[in-house]
Amino acid sequence: MSNTKTTLALAGALTAAIAAHTATPAAAQANEKCYGVSLAGENDCAAGPGTTCAGTSSVDYQGNAWSLVPAGTCETMDLPGDRMGSLEPLMRDLPS
Amino acid sequence: MLDTTHPSLPPRPGVGFKAQHFSDIQADPGPVAWLEIHAENYMGDGGRPLAQLRALAERFPISVHGVGLSIGGEGPLDTDHLARLKHLVDWLNPASFSEHLAWSTHEGAYLNDLLPLPYMQDTLARVCDHIDRVQHTLGRRMLLENPATYLEFAETEMTETDFLAAIVRRTGCGLLLDVNNVHVACTNRGADPVAYLDALPLDQVGEIHLGGHDAQQDEHGNPLLIDSHGAQVADPVWALYAHTIARGGIRPTLIEWDTDVPDWPVLAAEAARAATLAAEVAA
Amino acid sequence: MSGQHAFAAALLAPRLDPPAGLHGRGGRGAGRRFDIYRNNVVASLIAAMETGFPVVRALVGAEFFTAMAGEFVRAHPPSSPRLMLYGTAFPVFLAAFAPVAHLGYLADVARLELALRESYHAADATPLDPRILTTYTAEDLARMRLRLAPALRLIRSDWPVLGIWQAHHGGRPPQPGPQDVLIARPGFDPVPLLLPQGGGAVIAALKEGKSLGSALECADSEFQDSDILELLNILLKHGAICGFQGEGHNA
Repeated sequence: MSNTKTTLALAGALTAAIAAHTATPAAAQANEKCYGVSLAGENDCAAGPGTTCAGTSSVDYQGNAWSLVPAGTCETMDLPGDRMGSLEPLMRDLPS
Repeated sequence: MLDTTHPSLPPRPGVGFKAQHFSDIQADPGPVAWLEIHAENYMGDGGRPLAQLRALAERFPISVHGVGLSIGGEGPLDTDHLARLKHLVDWLNPASFSEHLAWSTHEGAYLNDLLPLPYMQDTLARVCDHIDRVQHTLGRRMLLENPATYLEFAETEMTETDFLAAIVRRTGCGLLLDVNNVHVACTNRGADPVAYLDALPLDQVGEIHLGGHDAQQDEHGNPLLIDSHGAQVADPVWALYAHTIARGGIRPTLIEWDTDVPDWPVLAAEAARAATLAAEVAA
Repeated sequence: MSGQHAFAAALLAPRLDPPAGLHGRGGRGAGRRFDIYRNNVVASLIAAMETGFPVVRALVGAEFFTAMAGEFVRAHPPSSPRLMLYGTAFPVFLAAFAPVAHLGYLADVARLELALRESYHAADATPLDPRILTTYTAEDLARMRLRLAPALRLIRSDWPVLGIWQAHHGGRPPQPGPQDVLIARPGFDPVPLLLPQGGGAVIAALKEGKSLGSALECADSEFQDSDILELLNILLKHGAICGFQGEGHNA
């Protein structure tokens, strides 16, 4: 886009955008809409699962004994760029 | 030197604040007279956590309870973390600040647990230095919490109660007496929790913690209690609490519930039980 | 080697024996009692990863995620006591973790989840009242530099990273193709928003402090004049613009 063209396009867009919005005040401190974000990484001072084996066993990736494979929703994603398929990710011309 | 202009915690029940209880607390706090927060969860730059805290602080005395300062660490205190703590304490002006007799950071790695230390002269000196620095930086007296421990150190030279009493004498800090931790640690090492309580300077206790624990066994069949904060306060802990306040007087008492957090009415009922017990002891 | 050094090393290495000089009740070996600390450390950090990266977890499955997170937390324990920030090294870890090498989008999904968390804890800011814009000409505005909300984050991906995220929040399966995602935080809840194709370059330029006009000229070739309206709508509607920088143009 040229400079002048950009300014002209901006002028048109601004008129429409300003007409569409008035400022909305920030919501008060009401309860969370999304616990998934808010509770991520809370500190507490409780002890963990006691004598279960989470801390005493590892699957030993470094020792080449890793035997697990991903088995979640990735199996249904079916994206052509997925290297399980045939295509590489789509490349874009990024600005230099 | 130490500032005494901040409000104090009332000698009534409080609870550890959880974001999911915000609306319940604002609607009806029931017997809950004050709230405790974990300092590290309010060290972000903004957003809902700080907005909720500001709103709660207008209505309730707040206790700031640090879990990540690593006061028992061999290395120096994390200067950045201490600065963040000072920032929080300065703007909030809480009724209390407390931390743990434990370490959690080593060589820059934060291990997210309250790890134990041996009780001897050089660890005593180090802990006292760290507490001096915290109290000087914050400009206020802090409370130090007795730990829940699962093992002991061969090199330990003194009892935990002597260690805590010496820290109080040297630094002028107060104690946050976690009665569940007393029960857990004493059971785990086969010691008498009543004798433990009686060996402490109870007049220096500024706050009491009550929480739930899990009961397991070690490989030798000995009881092994875990400080899980994931259940109601156990009966032996209520009995120790009654003993504590009968001897040392009624103190601000916190119900801690950090894992499998229940709905508000369950937590409020635990707080009510603490208040009822305190009233019975006082009668 | 210091006591805490050996203690810390053994916490993160399940194969190591507990450090010397520890004992349980009655002087018996520490054994399972030391394992409690191992569990506290590793399980609590894995739990922090599970709550911090729910979509990555769903993509690879709970069992795989737990094992992979166990590798991660031992290799990259937190460098700060603020768990709210834990996991910043996870996208790079995922990109190099051979068992997920075939899931090229996984690292970008982790970046998106991290950015949502960062946005949640970012500083508050009062959004610009759009009506103020009427007091400037388009030429003025093209020369001005926007002050963006601190909670704003930009994720540029060669993958349909928002589509994947939305598919795990009740949306339809993702369509292939690159996506530029803006995270804004009107009020206190971060929202991931799809930018018009090529719009990511404009946001990146705005974040670098370029003027509005210069930033628009940074747009990729897919970006159309008509996309300017959509971009401005997204920014204004979600409180992403807080004012103007410098030149006495503070709103």
